Amino acid sequence: MKLFRRTDASATHHDTSGQSARDVLIQAVFLATVVALVVYLVVTAQSSLEAQGMTSGFGFLFRTTGWPINFSLIPYGFGDPYWKALLIGVLNTLFLAAISLPLASVVGLVVAVLRISGNGVMNFIGTAYVDIFRNIPIILQLFFWYAVYTHLPHPRHALTVADTVFLSARGLFIPGLNVTGLAAFVAIVVVLAGIVLAFWLGVTRRFADREVAWRRRLSWSAFALAFAAACAVLVAGRIPDTTFLSVPTLRGLNFKGGINVPPELAAMATAIVVYGSSYLAEIFRAGFLAVRKGQIEAAQSLGLSPWQVLTKVRLPLAIRAILPTLTNQYVWLLKATTLGIAVGFADFFMVVAVSITQSGQTIELIGILMGGFLLINYTLGSVLNRINRAIALKGTNIQ
Amino acid sequence: MSAPGLAEQIASDADEMEAPGRRDPFGTLRQRLIGSPLQSAVSFVGIAIVAVIVWHLLDWGVFNAVFFATEGPKSCEGATGACWAIIDARWRLIFFGLYPYELQWRSGLACIVLVAVGILSCVPRFWHASRLSALWLGGFATFYVLMRGGIFGLAPVSEEKWGGLSLTVFIFAAGVLVGMPMAIAGALLRRSRLPVIAGSFGLVIDCVRSLPLVTILFTAAVIVPFVLPEWLQGDKLYRVIFGFALFFSAYQAEIIRGGMQAIPPGQDEAARALGLGYWRRTFLITLPQAFRNALPPTISQFVITFKETSLVIIVGFFEIMASGNAAYGTGDWGFAYIEVYTFIALVYFVFVFSLSRYGAFLERTMRVGLH
Repeated sequence: MKLFRRTDASATHHDTSGQSARDVLIQAVFLATVVALVVYLVVTAQSSLEAQGMTSGFGFLFRTTGWPINFSLIPYGFGDPYWKALLIGVLNTLFLAAISLPLASVVGLVVAVLRISGNGVMNFIGTAYVDIFRNIPIILQLFFWYAVYTHLPHPRHALTVADTVFLSARGLFIPGLNVTGLAAFVAIVVVLAGIVLAFWLGVTRRFADREVAWRRRLSWSAFALAFAAACAVLVAGRIPDTTFLSVPTLRGLNFKGGINVPPELAAMATAIVVYGSSYLAEIFRAGFLAVRKGQIEAAQSLGLSPWQVLTKVRLPLAIRAILPTLTNQYVWLLKATTLGIAVGFADFFMVVAVSITQSGQTIELIGILMGGFLLINYTLGSVLNRINRAIALKGTNIQ
Repeated sequence: MSAPGLAEQIASDADEMEAPGRRDPFGTLRQRLIGSPLQSAVSFVGIAIVAVIVWHLLDWGVFNAVFFATEGPKSCEGATGACWAIIDARWRLIFFGLYPYELQWRSGLACIVLVAVGILSCVPRFWHASRLSALWLGGFATFYVLMRGGIFGLAPVSEEKWGGLSLTVFIFAAGVLVGMPMAIAGALLRRSRLPVIAGSFGLVIDCVRSLPLVTILFTAAVIVPFVLPEWLQGDKLYRVIFGFALFFSAYQAEIIRGGMQAIPPGQDEAARALGLGYWRRTFLITLPQAFRNALPPTISQFVITFKETSLVIIVGFFEIMASGNAAYGTGDWGFAYIEVYTFIALVYFVFVFSLSRYGAFLERTMRVGLH
């Protein structure tokens, strides 16, 4: 603070060479203090780690872990190295985000539509949903859902739909394809990318001079292409010597076949969808309210149906109004997904925490953790900002 | 933070606020429920759904519920509804954690003191930097003396035994109290004229903001002992509070900076023309207006921060949720998890909902006041 007072008091005087020299001096002193502090901390850390017989460096990444991971999209065993465990953690975090953020958006959109609908009862339902789930901490909701899922009946008395979908204390079992987890993950990412691409093609100004029908065809073909690519990935990722479709069946004490959504993952996804949607609903609602009444009245007077008014006028304008806020919210929700350690879901943070206790490479792993999150957040943020710039209505004042 | 004009406005506007909505409420309600055949059908379906949910909730939570634990866990045998008996049997564990049983009145009183301080600081009369600081420091000292003991003839209770709601409230209040000055300093330094200083604080703030709170708490609890020399480490509780304050201050600094940017530049120029120095400009001109601009986002940051105190369970503190887990996890109460979580959710709801309603009220009155 002392540094600051001197510099700013001088700002009221005229700029002189003496003052700029003082500015340089102050900043140099500041930098030197920071560097000295960091060096001191690093030296302390190293000496205390050496006292415990630890070697620093990233060589440990290639040592074998020797501990299990309960949920993994790629094959993993005790003999696998640390880097692979960390990779699994990152994939699990991204996988969880890839299934729960879109779902939360859909639920949030529905709740927002309920809240802005003219109907009093629907309004009440939407408001109650938002008020209840926004005001309870996400970790409490997570514990609640985890307790509910693990207290479901034993597999022998599982709740079932048409003997193909089973819900039991071992988690949710649904029919699935006999493909590798990595293939499934890539397919989901490809489909999501296709949706984003189709959306971007639909609204970008790059093809503004083309006909609407042509642009719509372009959007659809981009989506179809992504879908076909996802199917190709799934077929290529088939597990050999198995049927393509796999239906869960009860064998002994547990189910065999199908996709098993373990209670940890189910609880995480449910908590994020419920909590996240109550926040997203408020953002969507703000976006709808930001659309001026005149726009809607103009659309109505042109004879558009309520559905058309919603999808052609209100939604596109609302999305433009809220996209910056929405970006922050998605990044925030992604960070909120690092609660896996509370219920034992092997997300990025939990894998890092386990690695720290098992290997003792504290400083390196914390560095990897922070670097990983900075990278993920930055990537997500810049992708959404790019979309924001692409669809912004330039030069006009339409709201 | 002094805003006497705002305080008066809120008092006078509060009465007029709801006036426009009161015109013919039944007409509006009729139109919103049965304005058209479709509207009526939707209303009917909606009412049916709400009625079924409410009926089941009442059936479970009230009509078929057991409220008193006269025979321990056996009280609920045969009951088809909720087993509130666990709350009857274990509420002291949930609220006070492992605090010594016969001293729990101190924990409860300390908690009430902090909550009362929180409520008092919502009253515009206290919105002066000096009054707020005095209120909070006084409330804090009382809390600490009551909880920690050791003087005035109170038996000492070490921090490891603190738990339950008191710990949650303490971590929140301490985090905000430590974090607020850090946030003000961060916002001012980020706006510094010197590029190196502004850049470094910008980098720190952005880095903290892009990390999940869990990682910061984990670092504070587990990693810091490696990095800091022993005399600087302090108790784990205070390290975690510092991490919590750091996280809060990074977000709050950006909120305050936003509030500063909304101030017309003429204000600062006028103050310079009057010959005010940096500190007087900052504390008499810039910060009061910045806080006034930033009040609604600050309240919602408080709301988020209060909910996030629940994350300290991950680094091993016995706050209200951990004590709730213990309440149903021991002594044959394992079946009553929904009741415990519902109860804790209600406790959080009371705090968070009233705070967010207060924030919404402030936002409305301030919008009226500005235009």
